[in-house]
Amino acid sequence: MARVSGVVLIAGAMAASCVLSACKRSPASFTSGPTVTAPIVGGPHALPPAAAAPADDGNWTMPGKNYAATRFSALNQITPANVGKLALAFTFSTGTNKGFEAPPLVVNGTMYVITPFPNYLYALDLTKPGAPTKWTFKPKPAAASQGVACCDVVNRGAVYDNGRIFFNTLDGQTFAVDANSGQMVWRTQLGNIQRGETITMAPLVADGKVLVGNSGGEMGVRGWIAALDEGSGKLVWKAYNTGPDKDVLIGPRFHPLYAMDQGKDLGVRSWPPDAWKIGGATVWGWLSYDPETHLVYYGTSNPGPWNPDQRPGDNKWSSGLFARDISTGQAVWFYQSSPHDLFDHDDVNEVILADIPWGNARRPVLFRPGRNGYFYVIDRRSGQVLSATPYGYVNSSKGVDLKTGRLIPAADKEPKPGRVTRDICPASPGAKDWNPAAFSPVTGLVYIPHINLCQDEGHSEANYISGTPYLGADVKMYAGPGGNRGVFTAWDPIRRRPVFEIKEDLPLWSPALATAGNVVFYGTMDGWFKAIDARNGNLLWKFKAGSGIIGQPISYKGPDGRQYIAVICGVGGWAGAIVSAQMDARDPTGALGFANAVKDLPLKTTAGGMLYVFALPR
Amino acid sequence: MSSRFRVSLAVLAGAALALGACDREEHHSRAKPVGETVPGGASPDTIFPGTSSPPPLDARAKLYDNNANAIAMGQTLYTQMNCVGCHSHGGGGMGPPLMDDQWRYGGRIDQIATTIAEGRPNGMPSWRGKLTADQIWDLAAYVRSLSGLPSKDAVSSRTEGMSGPTPQTLTPHGDIKNSDTAQQ
Repeated sequence: MARVSGVVLIAGAMAASCVLSACKRSPASFTSGPTVTAPIVGGPHALPPAAAAPADDGNWTMPGKNYAATRFSALNQITPANVGKLALAFTFSTGTNKGFEAPPLVVNGTMYVITPFPNYLYALDLTKPGAPTKWTFKPKPAAASQGVACCDVVNRGAVYDNGRIFFNTLDGQTFAVDANSGQMVWRTQLGNIQRGETITMAPLVADGKVLVGNSGGEMGVRGWIAALDEGSGKLVWKAYNTGPDKDVLIGPRFHPLYAMDQGKDLGVRSWPPDAWKIGGATVWGWLSYDPETHLVYYGTSNPGPWNPDQRPGDNKWSSGLFARDISTGQAVWFYQSSPHDLFDHDDVNEVILADIPWGNARRPVLFRPGRNGYFYVIDRRSGQVLSATPYGYVNSSKGVDLKTGRLIPAADKEPKPGRVTRDICPASPGAKDWNPAAFSPVTGLVYIPHINLCQDEGHSEANYISGTPYLGADVKMYAGPGGNRGVFTAWDPIRRRPVFEIKEDLPLWSPALATAGNVVFYGTMDGWFKAIDARNGNLLWKFKAGSGIIGQPISYKGPDGRQYIAVICGVGGWAGAIVSAQMDARDPTGALGFANAVKDLPLKTTAGGMLYVFALPR
Repeated sequence: MSSRFRVSLAVLAGAALALGACDREEHHSRAKPVGETVPGGASPDTIFPGTSSPPPLDARAKLYDNNANAIAMGQTLYTQMNCVGCHSHGGGGMGPPLMDDQWRYGGRIDQIATTIAEGRPNGMPSWRGKLTADQIWDLAAYVRSLSGLPSKDAVSSRTEGMSGPTPQTLTPHGDIKNSDTAQQ
């Protein structure tokens, strides 16, 4: 009898393992419904500061929606009850087949679309049926710039202000174009592709200035941020993120909170001799601005080269967050989230400004879902880290010491010369890369589209040749614990825990959009555009786009008074280069190691930029 | 080109014809950089008006194609000159893949050598004057091997240069001494 039941047990176990392995083979099983992990708690919650996030006028004039970078639309016609009826209003082919990371902009009945290289700018007339093109502006960037862009030839967005559209081109120029006529007003050459500099970021326009930073942290460039006069395009100030204090615009106003960031000329002394001149710390991500204090906030990229043995020291001011006075560029504080970065954990992610309940008052803070896997809440006046909580799986560090501000290293994950370090989590693109989260003042939650990848990494000596990659690392990425490569997390920043999580099969490379109707939108790399309930993550609606979605969704009020949702598909970027650059999936180190993690992507989507705009039926 | 080199070239070519497989181990004059011997110009899909076929394979190609020493030296240069940063180990990234069977500018070794020497307009740098012609041919031989085009017995599992000195190239190690000043 005992023997029989044993056989039954074994047979049962075999059947179960068959089922399990079958599940494992089908990637679709990695996509799951939401797992609700905590209730939304009532009472006071985080709110964006009014000065940085004014009342919604129905336009969408900058990628982050406002200076607080909430990516929140106050329009509420679309709700969980009716979003199922959302239907296509019109479409527009962008004429490109590279990674499309930019959002469309909408200003008083006109939509503006900036494409990846060759950086076409289209104006579409929303007052006419089908939204015909009003004009197209072609800036004609140098073709050779494509060869020094590390991670596809993307552009992260244009900005509208005071009758003009401002944007950057891959070959290092900033343009101002008249929003009505499509005529160029000015252009300024800032980057030099011969040194490996490109520009992919969206500028921030505030205080009469256009703020722009360079890309090229993988090419041995020296990172900087520049402020151009909004009217003329002339340089007002330029701050480097490495080098002597005078170059970094560090002066009497600079008061970093933590001892590790204090001292003279740390931008030189925390590097081997001359290494700071080719040390990265670029500005290819997101800027936010607090009009009350006139402080602009931005993060710096990884230090170069990737091989950390060639740059002993903290490598200031890489992989950290600067607060600067927007008028002069003078640094006010700095916090380095990853001193002596080991894993390409840039710190360029979005900076969401919020005021949180603090005793009986409110405290001005900023939220950052960081690349190194921690969700930071930082006092935006002082740079003090109030909390740093993992929002994904992290073994590459052991936490953040809130006394010293310093990331606590994990000795077993520290790369050593001559051997491969395995199972580093999160991988180089971090627990989240560039694609910004959205913050809803209705729920008080931050909606984080992110990734779940780990990697093996080995180093060799990097050889600096200007205009070529400066890396010294071989990387191979793969799915992290659980097998799902993407996660969508609704994060409670006050209670420092997820409210719900949705597992996604593919890495999430699309930003999120939150709306006052309690519907949240995001896209997947195989082309699904999804609407979920902001309170519990339930999937409410989805639409299959022609290509994978890595673009920024927006919501606007059309000339007819209706609420519209717009997103541009076009797979690519670092995560999707395997498709947009037609790479060969047999090489696991392709695209700086990302190719291995998305080997199946070419079977699931094809390249091509297309705008989709949705509305409820009349 | 010295007459002595021309003679050895002829000898090598003759040997190659006679003894197909032996040339994979042939050492040639890579220690002595030669002048402008990289073919210029034509790419594979170019139309050649007035003729019915593209020009024949460059005669120097035989010295390098399927030659284990050239491929091994090319592999060393591939890492040293940062080709790997853009093309990875053949899978591509910033630059196109090299291990597949698609060639934008031609997959013949002389065409690959031309691409390396002259650069291409969408971002491929020009290495003429940065590498010797001999080194450019070596690199081309290695790039071709990534696609699996040369015979297997010529593709070495060894890499040259690991125990010996780094190959001397003509590339200046980027001028990082003169930093640009912050405030223009």
